This record gives sequence, C-alpha cells and structure tokens, in this order.
Amino acid sequence: MTVWEKLRPYSMVAPSIIIFSMFFIYPIFYMIYLSMFDWNFVSPTKTFVGLQNFKELLLDADFRQVLSNTTIYTLLTVTLTTGLALMLALWLNRKGVFHAFVQGAIFSPHIISLVSISLLWSWLMDPEYGLLNWAIGLLGFGKLEWLSHPSTSLVSLVIVAVWKGVGYNTLVFIAGLQSIPKDIYEAAALDESKPWTTFMKLMLPMLSPTIFFLVIINMIGSFQVFETIAIMTQGGPINSTNTLVYYIYEYGFRFFKIGYASAAGVILLGIVGILTIIYFKLLSKRVHYR
Amino acid sequence: MAQIELKHVSKKFKDDVVIEDLNLTIKDGSFTVLVGPSGCGKSTTLRMIAGLEKQSGGEIWIGGRCVNDTAPGQREVAMVFQNYALYPTMTVRGNIEFGLKNKGIGKQERQTLISDISEIVGLTPHLDKKPQNLSGGQRQRVALARAMVKKPKVFILDEPLSNLDAKLRNQMRTELIQLHKRLGTTFVYVTHDQMEAMSMGDEIVVMDKGMIQQADSPLKLYHDPVNLFTAQFIGTPAMNVMNIRDVQGLELEAADRVGFVGFRPEQALIGVNKNTEGYCLEGEIITSESLGAENIYQIKTGSGVFFVKTFLESLVKTSRVSVVIPYEHLYYFQSDGERIREVYIRSQQLVSAGGL
Ligand SMILES: Nc1ncnc2c1ncn2[C@@H]1O[C@H](COP(=O)(O)OP(=O)(O)OP(=O)(O)O)[C@@H](O)[C@H]1O
Ligand SMILES: [Mg+2]
Repeated sequence: MTVWEKLRPYSMVAPSIIIFSMFFIYPIFYMIYLSMFDWNFVSPTKTFVGLQNFKELLLDADFRQVLSNTTIYTLLTVTLTTGLALMLALWLNRKGVFHAFVQGAIFSPHIISLVSISLLWSWLMDPEYGLLNWAIGLLGFGKLEWLSHPSTSLVSLVIVAVWKGVGYNTLVFIAGLQSIPKDIYEAAALDESKPWTTFMKLMLPMLSPTIFFLVIINMIGSFQVFETIAIMTQGGPINSTNTLVYYIYEYGFRFFKIGYASAAGVILLGIVGILTIIYFKLLSKRVHYR
Repeated sequence: MAQIELKHVSKKFKDDVVIEDLNLTIKDGSFTVLVGPSGCGKSTTLRMIAGLEKQSGGEIWIGGRCVNDTAPGQREVAMVFQNYALYPTMTVRGNIEFGLKNKGIGKQERQTLISDISEIVGLTPHLDKKPQNLSGGQRQRVALARAMVKKPKVFILDEPLSNLDAKLRNQMRTELIQLHKRLGTTFVYVTHDQMEAMSMGDEIVVMDKGMIQQADSPLKLYHDPVNLFTAQFIGTPAMNVMNIRDVQGLELEAADRVGFVGFRPEQALIGVNKNTEGYCLEGEIITSESLGAENIYQIKTGSGVFFVKTFLESLVKTSRVSVVIPYEHLYYFQSDGERIREVYIRSQQLVSAGGL
C-alpha cells in the first residue's frame, strides 16, 4: 500500500472536516475562551477575568428575566405547535383536493423568510391599524395591545412562531401517521376499539418517536429565537420579550461586551447541548417498531 | 356458530367492478376455503364479510342476521390478517387483551381467558414480549390467540400462512385443522395456493375475476370440475388441455360442440404393454423430474406439450414414448370453458403396445 492509498480517504473527507472545524469547532472554543475575558471587540488587549462574567450574568436580574422569557416562550411555542400540528395532521390525513390545499396552505409559512413574516405580523398586530384588532373588533371585543404591552408581547411572538412552525410539524405528523399500517386500524375495529381508545392506545404510542423528535427540534429552535424579536420588539417593551440569543446579540454587537456576551453564549450552548444529549440518549433507548 | 350467506353481493371500487352478483352460502361449522388467482377478489369478499369493506350491493347474513349495517366489531367475526396486524406497542398479553378490554370484560376473567388461550397456542412463555421480538410463527400464534380469545362465531383468515417458511407452514396447517375441529366454529380461509386449499378445506370455493367458478368439496372439485378454469386450477401439475382442432383420431358425439379435451397428468399411462382402451398420443420426453415417489414428465406430442405424472414407477429412460389416457379419464369442455358430461366416442382407435 502506497502512502497515497493510505492518505486518500483522509484527503477525501478533509474539505468538510476543515470547513466544519473552521466554522463550528473553532468558534465554539473561541467563545468559551472569550467568556473568560473582558474585551470590547476593538482594543488590542483582552483582560482575563476568570469566571467573573458568569457571576455577573447570574446576578443580573435582566438576565434571569431573559432566561425565564426564553423558557416560557419555548414551552408555549413547543406545546402549541406540536399539539396543534397533531390535531391538524389527524384531520388532514386523508385524500382530497381540499385537504391537500389546506396542507399546502399551512405549510407555506415554512418557506417564507422570517424577516418577511416578522414585518407582516408587525403590521397585522398593529394596535391602531392592524387587521387583528379590526377582526376582534368585529367580534365585539376590545382592542389588544399585542406587541406593545408587556403582558401580551411574548404571547404575540409565540403566535407568530406557531403560525410559522405548525405546517412543517403537521407534515411530519402526517408522514408518521401514514407509516402506521392500515390493517392495525382494521384489527382495532374488529376488536371493538372506540376512536378515542384507538387514538390513545395505538396511534399515540406509535407516533411517540415522531412526537419526541418534533418536541426536541422545536425546543432547540425556540431556545434560539432571534429574528422575530430583533425585528418586531427589540426585546421590549420593558424587557418582556428579551430572549437569550437577542440578549447575546445586544451585549456583543451593541454594547460591545464580548466577554459577557460569550459567557451568555456558553450558557445557551450548555442548554442546547443538554437537550441534544437527552434527545440522542432517549432516541437510542426507544424501541422503534418495524 | 353461524352460517354465512352472501346474497347478490357486488363490489365496485370507483367504476372498477371487482365482484359482481356473488351468491354463496358458507355452512355453519365448515372450514371453507376461498381460492383463486391473485386479484380475483378473495380478500375483498372476506373483508366484506368482516365489515372492513362495505359492499356496493346485496346482502350479507351471518347467523341468520343481516349485517349490512353492523359495525365490524359487532359482527362476532374475528380476523387473522396476512401480515398479522399485531399492535406493535403492546405486549403479547396486551394484544390478546385489547379486544376483551374494549368489550368491558373484568380483569379476573381476562386473566383466565388469556392464560387458557396462551396455553392452547403455546405462547405462555412469551406473554410479556413485544411482537417485534417474536418469530414469524409466534406472531402468527398471537394473531390466532387474539382472534380466538373473543370466542367469535366466525373466523376469517386471509392468507395467514403465506409469510411462513414451508416447514412451519405445514405445521401451522395441521394446527389450524385441529383448531377447527376443536372449536367447531365456522372458518373462512383465503389462499391462492390450491394445495393448501385442498388439504385444509372441507368446502372449497374457486373464484376467478370476481365470480365463483365452483363451490364444492375437494374431491368433487378434483374429480368433477364444472368448467375448464376449475379443472386447470385444481391439481399439480395442472390438467392438460388440447384444443379440439389438435386432437386426431377421436370422433366425438355430444349435444354441444366440444371445444377442448383435457386429462389429468396422473391419469395418463406411459408405455403400456397391454392393450388399454384409451386415447393414444405419441411423443418425446423433453424433461423428467423425479421426486422420489413420483415422476413428472414433460412430453412433446403432435397436439402440444403435456405433463404426465407416474407414481412408484421407475423412471422411463427412452425418449420416444406413447401415452395412453383411458377414455373414462378424458374431460370435455365447450369452447367457452363449460364442462360437457354427455359425450360418446364413436371411433375408438386401437392402442398398439409401446415400442413394438
Ligand atoms: N381499495 C381498493 N381500491 C381499488 N381497487 C381495489 C381495492 N382493493 C382491491 N382492489 C382491486 O380489487 C381486485 C381484487 O382484490 P383482492 O385484494 O380482493 O384480490 P385477492 O383475490 O385477495 O388477491 P391476492 O391473492 O393477490 O391477495 C383487484 O383487482 C384489486 O386491484
Ligand atoms: Mg388478498
């Protein structure tokens, strides 16, 4: 075996390894490194401060609100998206022009850029001229402040996220439903199973890998929400919609406290990392049926 | 215990007529086998009996009750599916128990029923396993147990053995026959394997293109087929059929025009030395297969290629042979396939002894 033959496989994977290292591995380590310094992005000197940044972060009331905002946002978004998608999938899982149309319609937000969606919804949710307030006005309800009031702003963002995500989730659920063999339902019908029993005892357990996949994917996505916040609320009003990634962005690129922002980044990395590990651990344990 | 009656049943899928005007009575306590080529509507018929498919027309009666508008679960019919259709997320126990729970049977009684059934089908050591950890034969037994535990009036089985290997299939065949004897319930069994049908059924329904060709006992089907389809479908190798145009030296007299003449491979005689009254064909052996007790020859003659089967005889080595089919073993059919029974043979040729 020549040297080249030994090296060939490595040379083949080298490009992707190099790119992966440059854009994923290196930044992660650099971020962890930076989180222990005080640095403003431009000054030639970085001051080593140890774990001071983390200590400050955890003592910062704003940061704790950011964590709680992010958690609430994630929990709401994930439950609503997954739950709604499951219901839609059960309804749409049949043939017909109408069902195909609805399926396409609810999927379309998935392919629209978040920036456009954010602008669209900012307009829809405008307290004075927005379509939503006009619509609920027709129904005889009073106007809502939507994004402009701390009590409704986070929920408004959740609505946008659910609207964008539900189509994709529905599609994945439909795929999951279609992988359940038809004769299982027939066997259940012969076993005098009522629709609710069939759903709870057969469909839900058989869909559990799908549900689990979607919950984790949605959680990881929601924890990193940024675009809608940057465009629609900039974290306001009074910090009510400030979330982890937006907080990092503000400290890093508006206040130029790179070390501090990196420390918050490390915390985000930790959370997402834990979620991913849980995902793979449970995934490998899970008994998949054929 | 129940008799099943199908009265003028038809089935359309969109504009596709799959079954047209089907009339069939399945006797109480019988082991009835539906057999026919792929796509002839066997499964569809079964599924209509079970209520999984709604017939487009006609009536279905089970045990003296019209079940046209009865839900599948209420028909007292249990089904064993080709792919078993076990509930993958439940254990074997859960699979068997599911129907009982839905019926609202108490825990104590369920336990007794399950342990009885699993004893019968030999599943007791596997009750807590999931179906994916069972072998094919064991899954089959779970499917059977799940059907049996409900004590249905009718058992419906759609090609339940087709996923098993030959040996296990034979074993399960015997077990199913015994099970039927023991339960005395009506069994309706679908297969496309005529051997399986012959060996299991006490009543066989031969179907083709959504129509019943013949419904009879296995022996009657074999010895007295009503048409060309049944004659050729039952028996291996299939009945040899000659077009009347290719038949020489056979002057027939019948009320209807004879279109085809047929004979069974096992009723033809090769190279007989004594004079046998029969139709004689001269030909050449193309292939010969020896299966031990029986030999199967493929013989090329002036009237076409035929199969001949002999039992417990030594393999014929010569290539040119004469084949004699005793006259009483010839079958006659009209050109549309209908059997003609009353046929007289006018000129009977003399059969010369082979090789002389
Ligand atoms: N849901 C359906 N929609 C349309 N056509 C169908 C449907 N189910 C069955 N058919 C058609 O009905 C005919 C009979 O099908 P069926 O499944 O009863 O055949 P079968 O006799 O069971 O064949 P096999 O031995 O291959 O199982 C076929 O031509 C099939 O294409
Ligand atoms: Mg079939």
